[in-house]
Amino acid sequence: MGELHRRDVLGRVLEDRGGALVVPGLGTANYDLFSVSPSDDNAYMWNAMGLTVPTGLGLAIAQPDRRVLVVTGDGEMMMGIGSLSVVAAQAPENLSILVMDNEMFEETGAQTGLSAKHADIEKIAVGSGIEKTMTVRSDNEVARLSAFLLKERGPVLAVAKVAASRDDPIYPTMDGPGIVRTFRTSVLGAHEA
Amino acid sequence: MSQDDDGWSNEVFAQIREAGISLITTVPDAGLTRLLRICGSDPAIRVMTLSTEEEGVGVGYGAWLGGTRSLLCLQSSGTGNIINGLALPAFAESPCLMLVTMRGQEGEGNPAQFPMGRAVRPVFEAMGVTCLEAMTAEEVVSHFRKACEMAFAEGKMVAVLIAQKVVGAKTFGK
Repeated sequence: MGELHRRDVLGRVLEDRGGALVVPGLGTANYDLFSVSPSDDNAYMWNAMGLTVPTGLGLAIAQPDRRVLVVTGDGEMMMGIGSLSVVAAQAPENLSILVMDNEMFEETGAQTGLSAKHADIEKIAVGSGIEKTMTVRSDNEVARLSAFLLKERGPVLAVAKVAASRDDPIYPTMDGPGIVRTFRTSVLGAHEA
Repeated sequence: MSQDDDGWSNEVFAQIREAGISLITTVPDAGLTRLLRICGSDPAIRVMTLSTEEEGVGVGYGAWLGGTRSLLCLQSSGTGNIINGLALPAFAESPCLMLVTMRGQEGEGNPAQFPMGRAVRPVFEAMGVTCLEAMTAEEVVSHFRKACEMAFAEGKMVAVLIAQKVVGAKTFGK
């Protein structure tokens, strides 16, 4: 487990998010995003573990002029790890991925995750063909994260080694069609939603 | 039907264009080869190869969020890989359009294909996916037209299942 406070990290990344569209993985990433940067440009996810990066990829292709940031956890990322090679092959310049790696399945009771000792998500990303990657462990390094994720030409992936949550979860809406309608209205205009 | 025409791929491609689909996601299958080749030669269409079919459900959902229409092309065995993924468009009441080439049906030379082949329809239907089974090349075309309308006009999850006899059974030398 890392030392970084995950909600602080995300807050600093999104402090000046501009026009970024954000796709959070189910669980804590979803709650963190709603806590630190609630927006109609967030595509809150409540299910489909393993499909956050694919969702971000589809969105990035559909909206090439907007930055798309995927924020997810290590367990969710591991379940969809093959999608990193799809991202590399498609090479969307506007897609960024932030993995909040707490090395555990926090949502289900803090069981040890695969990235605790053996799996190195940054190395897997590199091996999948994503050339720009970084892992941050300290507050000093977090300072570079926002520019890396929101400005650098994609695809990029960052791993933040974070501690277990210290905050209570704050839940976004569970209205699935409402999430889509709100997001599409914001991004495409009312006539499309 | 000429040697260069399987009776449905050209027509389905025309409907892909007509429906405004600009993204094809796939784990390929022999029966999809011609359609994927035609789509891949059109600069207005992106063909995305996946590592597992499930990714196509997520990519399609994300594309829909951003205003792009997509189609997931897969073999029947791959339908088993996407079940939990289908909860995403189901929960969001968003389109999920699929074209499935069937294995494990009449003439199948590999009995290992039977279990998943039999399960496609009941499992899909349990997830809320409407299945349109095409027993002829003509039905592939007519069903695909209907499926596009159901997906993009009504926000449904819908799969056109192309019977194995339409694409030709893999016989394994038997």
